[in-house]
Amino acid sequence: MSDPVPFRPFQAGTQPPLDHAAYGSTRLRHPTRPLRRLPQTVSETTGPAFTPALFPEIADMTRQGQAAPLGERIIVAGRVTDEDGRPVPNTMIEVWQANAAGRYAHPRDTHDAPADPNFPGEGRIFTDAEGHYRFVSIKPGAYPWRNHHNAWRPVHIHFSLFGSGFAQRLITQMYFPGDPLLALDPIYHAVPDAAARERLVSRFDLDITEPEWALGYRFDIVLRGRGATPFEDGETQ
Amino acid sequence: MPAATASQTIGPYWHLIEHAEWADLTRFGAEGERITVTGRVTDGEGAPVSDAAVEIWQSSPPADGHFPGYGRAATDAEGRFRFTTLKPQAEPGLGNQTQAPHLSVVLLARGLMTALRTRLYFEGEALNETDPLLSAIADPAERATLIARPAGPGGWTLDIRLQGEGETVFLEV
Repeated sequence: MSDPVPFRPFQAGTQPPLDHAAYGSTRLRHPTRPLRRLPQTVSETTGPAFTPALFPEIADMTRQGQAAPLGERIIVAGRVTDEDGRPVPNTMIEVWQANAAGRYAHPRDTHDAPADPNFPGEGRIFTDAEGHYRFVSIKPGAYPWRNHHNAWRPVHIHFSLFGSGFAQRLITQMYFPGDPLLALDPIYHAVPDAAARERLVSRFDLDITEPEWALGYRFDIVLRGRGATPFEDGETQ
Repeated sequence: MPAATASQTIGPYWHLIEHAEWADLTRFGAEGERITVTGRVTDGEGAPVSDAAVEIWQSSPPADGHFPGYGRAATDAEGRFRFTTLKPQAEPGLGNQTQAPHLSVVLLARGLMTALRTRLYFEGEALNETDPLLSAIADPAERATLIARPAGPGGWTLDIRLQGEGETVFLEV
């Protein structure tokens, strides 16, 4: 049996370090020994294949309660591709977020902002054959956290993706354009490369926006590509 | 060519997408040797990590409509997690190598900017001696951080230490 084709290493500077002093919670949670490099085997190149039959979609997060949640209705759409530009089809995306007031439907969220019984804050969608996804939600609110004095998280939606192999597993956050809190956020700024960081910010998109109904935001996601990277640093890996 | 999207922490409120039943990989009617896998996640001061997501993936037995091969468990106030799954079998490695039975483990939590990856092997498996990963770890104490011990009938347990004494061997894949 031939060896499985591995996913490529991440490009330098595009991923945050585990030890990031400005984000206090990393202090006691980051490993102190270097990670041990593991050549990818079938355990890493294969991964779970979720189906909507067993993992039902929640594509409209504004219709999970008795009434519409408070807040500004939004549409988020985009495309999931790999680093070679190939679509990642039929892959499950999980999303979760705070309500419009900046509070999560979570017992440990003690922020003094109103809960919204009509907004549990969970979504689950699948990409189509071309890697496109879309869901409806409300724009989350910013909220304070105790990382440092007067610390506030920029408005964000959490994303969880699986891709086609477990080595592609990705947890990230989508931000909103023009948010003044981005400049101050240590989690956002943990990504060293500015271009990689800015790709975490969604773009307002009039084509996704629906007249008389909701603003649209585009957030494209790239998962690791497979195989060797020719021409990188002048050599073939 | 755009690089892969940057990772961000899963944060403390990921339980909005938690479904406790996902920790039972046999819930769709999978048949085979059923095992439970438990453990405790602790930080650099030995304190429980009570807000982590522990995920497992196993390519053996092969996933199908009755067996997802993937599970996720939340740690509790003591940092404990628990899975019910099927015992994995040996898997091909690279070249003509054979891998001992194992689970791929991903750990996600507040304070982890990227997913932490490790593996869980099973004590007493003859193939552990020749497994490509285990046999490449010279220090027996480090190797032991990847090998679950028996814990009652069908039970296996392995603690995960994020930092400091007995720090788990974490992997870059």
